[in-house]
Amino acid sequence: MQNKTFRHLFMLPYALWIIIFVIAPILLVVYFSFFDINGNFSLTNYKNFFTATYLQMTLNSFWYAFLITVISLLIAYPTAYILTRTKHKQLWLLLIIVPSWINLLLKAYAFIGIFGTHGAANRFLEWAGIGSRQLLFTDFSFVFVAVYIFIPFMILPIFNALDKLNPSLLYAANDLGASKWTTFRRVIFPLTLDGVKSGCQVVFIPALSLFMLTRLIAGNRVITLGTAIEQQFLVTQNWGMGATIAVFLIIIMVGFMALTSIRRRGV
Amino acid sequence: MEKKSSSLANLFLLFIFFILYAPIFYLIFYSFNSGGTMSHFEGFTLDWYRELLHDTRLLIIVLNTVVIALLSALIATITGVLGAIGIRSYKRRQTRNTLLSLNNVLIVSPDVIMGASFLILFTMAGIQLGFYSVLLSHIAFSIPIVVLMVLPKLMEMSSSLEDAARDLGASHWNVLTKVTLPYIAPGIFAGFFMALTYSLDDFAVTFFVTGNGFSTLSVEIYSLARRGVSLNINALSTLMFVITVIFVVVYYYLASRSGTKGASLRR
Repeated sequence: MQNKTFRHLFMLPYALWIIIFVIAPILLVVYFSFFDINGNFSLTNYKNFFTATYLQMTLNSFWYAFLITVISLLIAYPTAYILTRTKHKQLWLLLIIVPSWINLLLKAYAFIGIFGTHGAANRFLEWAGIGSRQLLFTDFSFVFVAVYIFIPFMILPIFNALDKLNPSLLYAANDLGASKWTTFRRVIFPLTLDGVKSGCQVVFIPALSLFMLTRLIAGNRVITLGTAIEQQFLVTQNWGMGATIAVFLIIIMVGFMALTSIRRRGV
Repeated sequence: MEKKSSSLANLFLLFIFFILYAPIFYLIFYSFNSGGTMSHFEGFTLDWYRELLHDTRLLIIVLNTVVIALLSALIATITGVLGAIGIRSYKRRQTRNTLLSLNNVLIVSPDVIMGASFLILFTMAGIQLGFYSVLLSHIAFSIPIVVLMVLPKLMEMSSSLEDAARDLGASHWNVLTKVTLPYIAPGIFAGFFMALTYSLDDFAVTFFVTGNGFSTLSVEIYSLARRGVSLNINALSTLMFVITVIFVVVYYYLASRSGTKGASLRR
């Protein structure tokens, strides 16, 4: 009996946190999505969302997030694979992870310098004989910087999955005459699929909602769902529309998580 | 054949490390440039660092950032530890899982949504945007991290330790302070530390709820970077990089003591 009151006392601040900062904000976002810019209750925002402009933007945002996720995966998988084969692999992994601890803004700022008109990237292009060109404020620089930022997040889960792989399975495949490619396709990749899935999860959703990079690196050329939300809330001051986009972002997020959810199986 | 492919692999790894670290060192290198650009190195100077130290406005912002980080981490740690103890006390699996899912909502939700929904929340509650709104949101997004760092340590603790203490006549308070808390102390420190780094690093959420007149370092760098390259940002970045590296070392020291295995990423 006394145990119960003790427990309730413990849970009080935490429960308050759940109610005020977890449940209430979601409800408020949904609630605000039903009000137009003049504060009248209406479905205008939802109607607006299904017009060409917003659907186009959503599609664009998806396309960029998809591109960023796929490129990150294509670079991260071999990297993780090679890392598991090195001596001192935990140390190398740590070195891959350290950049993820560095403030995002500093990394973005570094690329403003590198991709600038006289920056290192253009000097390299001149040296290679291609000649300098506009790099900053293009789709290319946006995708490049986004991939740069997300790569450690993709490498870690894949590394963990590869690291857990039982090497005797590979010996078995080899003994049974499988080529390296077949071993990868039929043994290694299926067994590390969970790592790939969680890697995609931690890249795709943030890539959809990037907003700082689109301003600093893409110079407003790329509008992601995140940028649109920020714009509606802080520039246009149309909270209703911002909340509506946020509702769709939440739906997409939940859908994507369900799609890539990992079923735990006994091994 | 084998030899060739492994040297190719090393080359690839080297290239990845180069890509990951080059931008950061590029930034640091030009912080010592006496010319005002990030493209042409004229001569060595420490002027940018001197300028930083004499910029009172910036020093106040640094102070704000540190105060917010320490306060939010402290409050989040207390709430999170109580919450984790509370979660463990529920014996029903269903209740525990529900609480854990609610706990993880803020961890998986994109920063933009968190920022926008907190902005609505504070406006509805009539809290003026500034120090308190930033502090509250930092506490809010740090609590689930603390819970996730403390809970494994709690689960690992055998309940017979507490039962024994109670059998020997210890009060609830004594069991908590003399048995439970000392046992989970490494987890608490790791949680506090993670909360600290999340707060120091946050840009997106702060950007939404900061209002006019109050700024943290990340938000300040953003508004400076939007105006273009200025080498005192480079100097600031260098200092932040050094602090980050110190933090990584501290974190891995704590993590190895608390037995949290493997590497951890930051968002």
